[in-house]
Amino acid sequence: MIDPMDFLLWTKGPMFDWAIAIFALGMLARLVEIFMLGRKPNYAEPRGGEWGPGFRTIFTRSVADAGTFQRAPFNVVIGTVWHVGFFIALLLFIPHIELIYSVLGIRWPGLPNPVVDAVTAITILAMIGALIHRLRNPVMKHISTFEDYLVWTVTFLPLITGYIAYHRMIDPYPLALGLHILAAEIFLIVLPFTKLTHMFTVFIARWYNGAIFGRKGVAS
Amino acid sequence: MAHHKTLGESLRAHGVSRRGFLKFCAATASMMALPPTMTPAIAAALEQARRPSVIWLSFQECTGCTESLTRSHSPTVEDLILDVISLDYHHTLQAASGEAAEHAREVAMRENFGNYLVVVDGSLPGPDSNPGYSTIAGISNYQMLMETLEGAAAVVAVGTCAAFGGLPQANPNPTGAVAVQTLAGDKPVINVPGCPPVPMVITGVLAQYLTFGKLPEMDQYNRPLAFFGQSIHDRCYRRPFYDKGLFAETFDDEGARAGWCLYRLGCKGPSTYNACATMRWNAGTSWPVEAGHPCLGCSEPKFWDAGGFYDALSVPPGDTGSTLLAAGVSGAIIGGAAAALAKRRQKADLAERQPVKIDELEQKL
Amino acid sequence: MSSLQDIPVHVAAEWGNALPVLHEIRHALERLAETGEARVIDLNAMPFGPGDEDRLLGLLGQGEIEARLDALGVTQIRETAVPGVWLVDHRNADGERLVLHVEIAEVPAILRTQAEDLRDAVAALDARLATGASPFPHRPDN
Ligand code: SF4
Ligand code: SF4
Repeated sequence: MIDPMDFLLWTKGPMFDWAIAIFALGMLARLVEIFMLGRKPNYAEPRGGEWGPGFRTIFTRSVADAGTFQRAPFNVVIGTVWHVGFFIALLLFIPHIELIYSVLGIRWPGLPNPVVDAVTAITILAMIGALIHRLRNPVMKHISTFEDYLVWTVTFLPLITGYIAYHRMIDPYPLALGLHILAAEIFLIVLPFTKLTHMFTVFIARWYNGAIFGRKGVAS
Repeated sequence: MAHHKTLGESLRAHGVSRRGFLKFCAATASMMALPPTMTPAIAAALEQARRPSVIWLSFQECTGCTESLTRSHSPTVEDLILDVISLDYHHTLQAASGEAAEHAREVAMRENFGNYLVVVDGSLPGPDSNPGYSTIAGISNYQMLMETLEGAAAVVAVGTCAAFGGLPQANPNPTGAVAVQTLAGDKPVINVPGCPPVPMVITGVLAQYLTFGKLPEMDQYNRPLAFFGQSIHDRCYRRPFYDKGLFAETFDDEGARAGWCLYRLGCKGPSTYNACATMRWNAGTSWPVEAGHPCLGCSEPKFWDAGGFYDALSVPPGDTGSTLLAAGVSGAIIGGAAAALAKRRQKADLAERQPVKIDELEQKL
Repeated sequence: MSSLQDIPVHVAAEWGNALPVLHEIRHALERLAETGEARVIDLNAMPFGPGDEDRLLGLLGQGEIEARLDALGVTQIRETAVPGVWLVDHRNADGERLVLHVEIAEVPAILRTQAEDLRDAVAALDARLATGASPFPHRPDN
């Protein structure tokens, strides 16, 4: 029989430290490598700035263009919904803000619990929708790898366990909370070594894209 | 002797009328956290209940639990209960001391072998620790517990120390303290944790055992469900504020004055199972959260080591900030080294580059 | 002099666990009217916040009947302004509250003559007659 309180304290204590350590180590190793490698020097005369277009592209590429939307409206809508929902739940739930404050020393205002709760429910549904779509669409199914399903699972678990813990659907509560924390830790550990790194690299990549085009004097 | 009288008889001997008895039963039902509909059943059971002998052992404790017990908010009922259960041995409450006290314990054990109830407050140095850390009349706590348990019908561990090890067991646990249940073997254990437990809960559990003569329904920590079945958070009157996301952030801000939820001030109510929110303290006057202080989680195992009392439940107890920094710096170094290596290789490749012209290639073919 | 009362804590009045209890009472009243089934609610077991009990009792108001029981301390029994809803306030010898019941019934159970007492009643009366207690003066206990 597992002791729920021991389990909770293990997930909050040693396991949390391990997860944070692996996450920080892996993620920084990757980012520093990316930045240090940089890009090949471009000796051509610049026809425009890099910074402005770089940041502009971060935004423009975050919004699907009309063509993409027409081709895959489901992907765009569902994808946007659950990405935004995931970040609202992660960053604007008061207990999470307290946690981040205790680790990083920075804090911001949160949303009322019922709002986060509703957003979480929508996010969970959207993620399930995305999975069903992936399984039923022949092309999606064909190009999906083991990693895609792994990444879906480790992203889904913190959401569903968080929802269960908030609604106290598992008794006793320390067990429910411990499961949620463990799920988040698995997410953190897996993050630097899978395509989840796009959480950090996506904006860097978009900036580079924009910067390259900007330098060439074309719009992206 | 009185030992052989039923409770009904001894109450009548006290001159308690039938209505008085009913009132007593109603109060007992409330104390046992049972619905009022149970009053007739309690009356019937109490009518037949016999006075069990109780031996109360105090080990590594602060006497807070006994202090709490003697402040049980219904003195009439509690007096009767204590009158009815015969407290044959209790260091703090008994008049006898030294040899005479130990003698009383031995007599009670012999006369009621197999039927007496042992109540313990305080944890004790385990079998592998130095027994000298805590002794009574030259007998180590461990030896006394094992001896006394032999003829016990059940053991009630009163307070978080007896139930879970409590303060003595907190890191670094210098005395090697253990909880009673780790030593009780196959003797039934009822845990009544709390630092201290709500007075009414102590008497309530004893009354329940006395009334029905059997173990109550318990959770996986052997806590009676009647008192520990629901979390503080589930019965907290501030819960609507939690649900609305209205939190006090300091002890003197607007939210604190308006009585908002204390989660951000460290309230452990969500993970704590106890009866404070309904039974309250000090004769039902109030309870910690009502007084504006977060719940510390005192009725849960390891509560002393579970992180700061004023840190939110979601905050890890360790120094994660420096772990993050150290890991981040090492990650940066590794990443830097990997990049430097790659660049070196690139440079080396560049230096060894041997350009080939197209006609040279064609000649080769 | 500063006292506890001076600390500016105001109670946000919109919360009330009094409301669910009132609903429970209403439900019990309907049952009493339909089936004659009585019900007792233990207010000690309610997760009341500050002021909830006062709000509840204030709303129920004061009815016509008040009775007093002397056994193991005083018990106050009174009907509220809502017929059929009684308050039974058991106190101990020191005047501290043991339990506060809301009883939804025609008559609170504790007011009735108890069956066991009734069995002994004739004997008790006979005993009184036999001792030849004078019918005068009017003091019953003499
Ligand atoms: S004060 Fe504590 S127990 Fe009450 S609602 Fe807030 S977190 Fe829960
Ligand atoms: S409110 Fe919490 S810490 Fe305080 S006595 Fe109750 S259970 Fe223990």
